[in-house]
Amino acid sequence: MAKTRGWRWSLPALLLAGPACASGSNLNMTPGVTDISLQVYNLHMTIFWICCAIGLVVFGAMFVSILLHRKSRGVEPATFHESTKVEIIWTAIPVLILIVMAIPATRVLIAMEDTSDSDVTVLITGSQWRWHYEYLDYDINYFSILATPRGQIEGRLPKGENYLLEVDRPLVIPTDKKVRFLMTSDDVIHSWWVPDFAIKKDTNPGFINEAWTQVNEPGIYRGQCTELCGMDHGFMPIVVIAKEPADFEIWAKAEEARIAEIREEEQRLLALQMNLDEQMELGERVYMAHCAACHQPNGEGLPPMFPALKGNQVTMEDRAEHIKVMVDGRPGTSMASFARQLSLRELTSVITYGRNAWGNDTGDVVQAAEVYEYMQGKGSN
Amino acid sequence: MSTVTTADHHDEHHDHKPTGIKRWLFTTNHKDIGSMYLIFALVMFFIGGAMAMVIRLELFQPGLQFVDPQFFNQMTTVHGLIMVFGAVMPAFTGLANWMIPMMIGAPDMALPRMNNWSFWILPFAFLILLITLFMPGGGPDFGWTFYAPLSTTYSNDTTALFVFSVHIMGISSIMGAINVIVTIVNMRAPGMTWMKMPLFVWTWLITAFLLIMVMPVLAGVVTMVLTDKYFATSFFDAAGGGDPVLFQHIFWFFGHPEVYIMILPAFGIVSAIVPTFARKKLFGYASMVYATASIAILSFLVWAHHMFTTGMPVFATLFFMYTTMLIAVPTGVKVFNWVATMWRGAMTFEVPMMFALAFIVLFTIGGLSGVMLAITPADFQYHDTYFVVAHFHYVLVSGAVFSIVAAAYYWLPKWTGHMYDEKLGQLHFWCSLISVNLLFFPMHFVGLAGMPRRIPDYALQFADFNAFISVGGFLFGLSQLIFVWVIIKCARGGEKATAQVWEGAEGLEWEVPSPAPYHTFGTPPQIK
Ligand code: HEM
Ligand SMILES: [Cu+2]
Repeated sequence: MAKTRGWRWSLPALLLAGPACASGSNLNMTPGVTDISLQVYNLHMTIFWICCAIGLVVFGAMFVSILLHRKSRGVEPATFHESTKVEIIWTAIPVLILIVMAIPATRVLIAMEDTSDSDVTVLITGSQWRWHYEYLDYDINYFSILATPRGQIEGRLPKGENYLLEVDRPLVIPTDKKVRFLMTSDDVIHSWWVPDFAIKKDTNPGFINEAWTQVNEPGIYRGQCTELCGMDHGFMPIVVIAKEPADFEIWAKAEEARIAEIREEEQRLLALQMNLDEQMELGERVYMAHCAACHQPNGEGLPPMFPALKGNQVTMEDRAEHIKVMVDGRPGTSMASFARQLSLRELTSVITYGRNAWGNDTGDVVQAAEVYEYMQGKGSN
Repeated sequence: MSTVTTADHHDEHHDHKPTGIKRWLFTTNHKDIGSMYLIFALVMFFIGGAMAMVIRLELFQPGLQFVDPQFFNQMTTVHGLIMVFGAVMPAFTGLANWMIPMMIGAPDMALPRMNNWSFWILPFAFLILLITLFMPGGGPDFGWTFYAPLSTTYSNDTTALFVFSVHIMGISSIMGAINVIVTIVNMRAPGMTWMKMPLFVWTWLITAFLLIMVMPVLAGVVTMVLTDKYFATSFFDAAGGGDPVLFQHIFWFFGHPEVYIMILPAFGIVSAIVPTFARKKLFGYASMVYATASIAILSFLVWAHHMFTTGMPVFATLFFMYTTMLIAVPTGVKVFNWVATMWRGAMTFEVPMMFALAFIVLFTIGGLSGVMLAITPADFQYHDTYFVVAHFHYVLVSGAVFSIVAAAYYWLPKWTGHMYDEKLGQLHFWCSLISVNLLFFPMHFVGLAGMPRRIPDYALQFADFNAFISVGGFLFGLSQLIFVWVIIKCARGGEKATAQVWEGAEGLEWEVPSPAPYHTFGTPPQIK
């Protein structure tokens, strides 16, 4: 016969008490920086305490029973085995508790879904494995991709403070304004989550979802994709910078100007010839940031999902096809279109890079005009 | 209840069976088939467990150390598929095979040849699934939930084999379920009225109905995945007029009842064990039956609680929030009934009871986090984080799996004729109890702190907890080796078990000798 000790059930109880002591640290849900996120946090804490109370009663009764009603104390078992009254009571009490919980939950949910009267709208498009932000009220759109160097991920470099939670270009939004997000996807389902705003919404290809936030505090807020979206699902973070409305306007003006400048530059480029070295240098940077995750830094890919570019028929010979794949992507595969995502200069350089790196050595120097011509020819961009 | 000694003597005369491999290939005996199911489930438990070890090894530290992200995704996917369809479900079917005929006084399952078939196609299903891991492109890597279009347009070419393998698993489950229903409806001994059936029989009957209703839905949805990928249909492709969210509705219409398929038989097991060791009748038998039935019915009305973030209309979201909260009520009633059964009993704490008690506490913790998940605005924060991973491992590992382990200890003496080694069993219990909590409890915290599930690498603030969780995982894995040792030892020999085995045990299975003869109840017993 087994010996048993009284402290047996104290372990789960102790662990249950954990989040209570931990609120404010990074063990619990964040109260966030919006009114909604605070309400969500309060719902979470309320239901948490209710669960603790129920647990205390149920496990308490079990504990007492285990302590007192054991054969080794020489007790005789009782014979009662049913009571309709008791059954009704312990059905009714949970129903009441749940109704009390359902009321505030319903209220918060309805508030979260009300996207009317927004001041700023951003269209968020997920794709493998980057976010695209387009400001519908401004002439601004750009991609936002993981900025953590591969060396940190592979352990060759020490990991930085915001390891895996940093991007090249964060989303910028104004504080104290109602910002509406429209969400969709170019390929699989992703999910855009920023805990501090209590927003988590799936981006469904071919459909548009809505969400909104109104941030009270300027600051930097970080999140991640939360719907499994393929190989680099763990590597598509979200960074949002909330700025005071005036600062936001300054940023937006500067960003519009920057984007306009890139366009002008592209036009200039069409006439210009870039030499091989220049292209190889830029091309390598672009390749490492956008292509190496699948096709690997050494160009050997991960066949058959991600073909090798080294010694590939397209990169070695078929120049027109090479340009086409880069501009259009390969529909039905993870190979995305890079036409919107890279500047013309970057696009051209990475094509040249692919034709000359890893011993491909074709000596081809593609020029912007050639890529541009293809894009115009099919009316894209 | 009646005695059946005369019938047993008669049975033993006819105790011939073929020997060697043929016995197992061609057997139609419910006990042989039950044993094969159970051994198969145990093997799958270790294969799925090995994959979990790979996952925990990679997550031990931030950074990518051991496997690449693609292989990591294959591990999480195949781990889930194997544990659900290869370990938990076959283990319950094995228990049903062994125990249901003995509990209702039937000589065998109603459809013995189909029984043989439903077992023997299973190894092939899993062989196919496992082989894909070694094929070019690797195995399935889109999660056990295989959401489209990740599993269609963007999946690798072994997806066809994945679909084939799921079809075979589904056929096997449906055949098993038909057998259970026909057996229970037609083959109860005279006097075994509905409301006299042991709860394990009741819960399995209801589970079997759930299986028959939802496995075809799973078959439908994998077929749609197949045709979307290979035959240019567009069920889930917006470009062709389909909808990727439709996939999730169909999948979870199967998926939510599926999670109850994995827990209702566990309720039956615990409802058998607790009264035995409390030496007191089960409290509220009738309410247990009604609660099981209401859970089964409600389980068809809650599926979209897995889809709160997909952007459903508000009224639909509210509907699923309310129904999900509601399903916690009959679940609570069950827990209260178990505690009332213990109350003022005369308890002893042998290994089956220990696992049953741990089940009640830890399953309840999982149920409570389920209630938290039902609160939709809060679920927006919990969804697809480690909080959900903690929830379903509490209900499935320290719930379903613990109940299966409890059942194994409870009935091992009946199966083998020997008592298992109580000391080793207790050691197994304590190692499992402690490690399972080290493993899964901190997942609540990392989830709340913001760590998404299904990622091979994570931000630095999650590092300490993940190392801790991994150690818990390795310890839990090691602890299960003790279990294997207990089983082997018990099969080989040990103290002879009596027919009743446990002092407080009641029911027909305890009236036949231990080990149970090859054929039991050739003449049905009379139940008064
Ligand atoms: C009190 C009863 C329960 C309630 C209210 C409940 C509620 C929920 C909710 C709302 C989710 C979705 C969470 C999310 O993805 O955001 C969920 C997930 C899940 N639950 Fe439960 N649950 C309960 C009991 C159970 C039981 C008994 C099982 C199985 C034995 C179970 C297994 C699961 C599984 C496997 C998932 C996750 C599936 C996945 O996404 O891979 N739950 N539960
Ligand atoms: Cu569910």
